[in-house]
Amino acid sequence: MIEIRWHGRGGQGAVTSVETLALAAIGEGQYAQGFPSFGPERRGAPVAAFNRIDDKKIRVRSGIYNPDVVIVLDASLMVLVNVAEGLNPEGTLIVNTAKSPEEVKTETGFKGTVATVDASKIAREEMGVPITNTTMIGAAIKATGLVKIESVKEPLKKRFGKIAQKNINAMERAYKELKIAK
Amino acid sequence: MEKEKKWPETWQELTPGCMVFRPGSTRDYHTGTWRASRPIYDTSRCIKCGVCYIFCPEGCISQDADGYFMADLDYCKGCGICAHECWPGAIKMVEEG
Amino acid sequence: MSERIGMEIALAAAEAVALCKPDVVAAYPITPNTHIPEHLSDIVAEGRLDADFICVESEHSALSACCGASGAGARAFTATSSQGLLYMAEVVPIVPSMRLPIVMAIGNRALSGPINIWNDHSDIMSQRDSGWISMFAADGQETIDMMIQAFKIAEHRDVMLPVNVNLDGFQLTHVVEPMMMPSQKEVDKFLPAYKPYAAVHPDNIVSMGSLAMPEIFNEAMMAKDQVLINSKKIILEIWKEWEEQFGRKYEPIGEYRMEGAEVAMLTLGSMGDTAEVAIDALREKGVKAGLLKMKLWRPFPVEELLKAVSGLKSLVVIDRAVSFGGPCGPVCLEVKSALYDQKERPLITNYIIGLGGRDVVVADFVKIAEQAIGAQKKKPAKAYEIYGVRGS
Repeated sequence: MIEIRWHGRGGQGAVTSVETLALAAIGEGQYAQGFPSFGPERRGAPVAAFNRIDDKKIRVRSGIYNPDVVIVLDASLMVLVNVAEGLNPEGTLIVNTAKSPEEVKTETGFKGTVATVDASKIAREEMGVPITNTTMIGAAIKATGLVKIESVKEPLKKRFGKIAQKNINAMERAYKELKIAK
Repeated sequence: MEKEKKWPETWQELTPGCMVFRPGSTRDYHTGTWRASRPIYDTSRCIKCGVCYIFCPEGCISQDADGYFMADLDYCKGCGICAHECWPGAIKMVEEG
Repeated sequence: MSERIGMEIALAAAEAVALCKPDVVAAYPITPNTHIPEHLSDIVAEGRLDADFICVESEHSALSACCGASGAGARAFTATSSQGLLYMAEVVPIVPSMRLPIVMAIGNRALSGPINIWNDHSDIMSQRDSGWISMFAADGQETIDMMIQAFKIAEHRDVMLPVNVNLDGFQLTHVVEPMMMPSQKEVDKFLPAYKPYAAVHPDNIVSMGSLAMPEIFNEAMMAKDQVLINSKKIILEIWKEWEEQFGRKYEPIGEYRMEGAEVAMLTLGSMGDTAEVAIDALREKGVKAGLLKMKLWRPFPVEELLKAVSGLKSLVVIDRAVSFGGPCGPVCLEVKSALYDQKERPLITNYIIGLGGRDVVVADFVKIAEQAIGAQKKKPAKAYEIYGVRGS
């Protein structure tokens, strides 16, 4: 079982990210959970959202404290929140930033795999808005291989209708442009 | 003849949810026995306006063949509201007995 | 054919209710159940469900509107949580007394105060003696299934009682997971159109909610109690039907790895899934541990409980509510009372966990079970323990 924690700010769509990724995994016949950090919605506040993905039924319903993967939608959070907290030392940290993975490794002190992509730039260019929740799904898939990128398209089409294609383009660019340092 | 039961004898005899299926079953309840005074109607002053009929909380006042209003003494509780409301002064309450 | 879907459980619950074609949905939003009626209002607005969605001004009105609708012969549904259930409380016991088969989803949440929007079971426990059939879902699938079963059970001519389906707030309501969603055709086959026993109508006069004098009140309460106790037989029949049609088994108390168990934990709701993982861990350590997952809370399944605990040395009852000033947690209280007359009974320990959304992880369940095993040798000092309280 793989456990994922997403960091974002209220309103940036981290819940949509976990929902989309869960639906993609479920669509492939896998088992998955997607859930927000339970509680009131607070626009702009640092929030987290979570995924569990497995090939068998998932029974654990507690919070996630030792994720295998951490995804950061907004690099400005990294000075506010210890995004690597509890992260499996052999896990993966994926950050939306223009910086290189090596720079992030130095900044965070995290010794596992680090991957970076300038998702804000991609989102701005592809969708005209710096909302990176769908863009970063491409990065997550590239770094983890948890689901096929094709599997995300259906949930995105269902969710976003006419603007789904722009989201898909942004996601595919992030998939291609992600830089990984083991 | 079996004496009619005032209420079901056993819990099994209750209808589901104590629903009452007989319309107008409250007619069995003769509230006229509560009456300490009764309304007396003076037809010479009655203008057949029906204000007593409207105000009667028991709903026991009806119109007779000549159009005058009368209380059904089986149900009239003797509250006196009709007499209070009757502005031509056609209704008087008199003590029972 | 059922379809494997991924969906937030609250939305899936609403979809399941829509498959049951209720005529009236009346609800007032309160976290964490809100997504259920909200999604139902979408389904009605989209024209997928021909129902009257009544946006009432309070939960008291929500259940009152359902009462009126049900009394007029409509299939009625509502949903609430926490203080919303308390605001309904005046109407809650009237519904079973009037034998109205309303179905209600409760997204379980702590009662205030201090104000708290997260999950525990204090809301339903406060209404435990109201006369409703009460079930607890452990996951998304059970939520869907119980919603559909609830209408059939409620409307059965030998039952005619309201049913509340409890799903843990957030832990279930806000989680996206895979579930099998029955098709409309399958639900139509399982759930016949509602034929009310009686309905208020000018052509067919009936009075509901009449006065009962002391001369008849004992009998009325006896009838209310008996119909709830006797509903278990119908619940079991309908669960059997469900299993035959959909292949998913429902029992008042589900068992997990109970073969040869010496110690067992008993849970209600979504805790059961996490506890299963703890049981696996205990078994791996060589502890003969098993799990009892109670799904039917009212009518209380006494016979099933006695059968399930026979041969156990130790039973750990997990509560998710406090009976303030009482002898132990509400579930434990009932379990103990059911076992009092038994010659052979396990030692019972009671842990109250997860209040107001306090997280409980697998390791906590393992720790609780191990403590209980220790207690087999030494009688516990306290009748119950609120688990994980700092300073105690």
